[in-house]
Amino acid sequence: MSIPVLLFASYADAFGARRLDVPLDAPCQVADLVRVIRSMPGGDRLPAAPLVAVNRTWVHEDVAVQVGDEIALIPPVAGG
Amino acid sequence: MTVSERDGLHVAIVSARIDVGALLTRAQAPGVGAVSMFLGTVRDLNDGRPVSGMEYEAYGPMAESELRAIAEETCGRIAGLRLVVEHRVGTLDIGEASVAIVAAHAHRAQAMDGAREVIEALKRRVPIWKREHYLSGDREWLDPTKVQA
Repeated sequence: MSIPVLLFASYADAFGARRLDVPLDAPCQVADLVRVIRSMPGGDRLPAAPLVAVNRTWVHEDVAVQVGDEIALIPPVAGG
Repeated sequence: MTVSERDGLHVAIVSARIDVGALLTRAQAPGVGAVSMFLGTVRDLNDGRPVSGMEYEAYGPMAESELRAIAEETCGRIAGLRLVVEHRVGTLDIGEASVAIVAAHAHRAQAMDGAREVIEALKRRVPIWKREHYLSGDREWLDPTKVQA
């Protein structure tokens, strides 16, 4: 099984993709997901604590990810 | 692209040029006595580097829902406030507006506070990114955690 994760802007460039299929089973914690993503090619370009959204809401790393959730790894925002 | 509406509140992430006049018209109402507008525009120099344009990318659905939440929270704090907010995505030329916030109220203090609160929250919370295009041909995503935005 894998968990799809959306990527944007500088993170899409870092991983060379707009979506990652992370080799991990849900349910798991956001922290587990980030740990595995960090080990993937391009993951060394992530900051110490990247922002994550689940179902379009900001979450902390101890939040559980369920099958079917929309997960996004969010670069530092820079709107305006 | 996407639009969110309720009485006195309009937020949208748009790809077309922002029509400032239309936003001002939309914010108007008989009880309005003060209208404050903030425009963010693309400038030609950043951190000493000549800039030729700016590219904006958004996580569209979340950007709109965060923007809507910010607008509703601001209207909750400032009773009677009307807000019209649009943020543009795509590649913009120097001088073009990337974001427009129109805050309308019976009185000026609330209108001006409303516009200020929305732009400050937008910069902290809304998943939008910008990549500067330099005259040298280089392109770089801006990271406000590292440089002054």
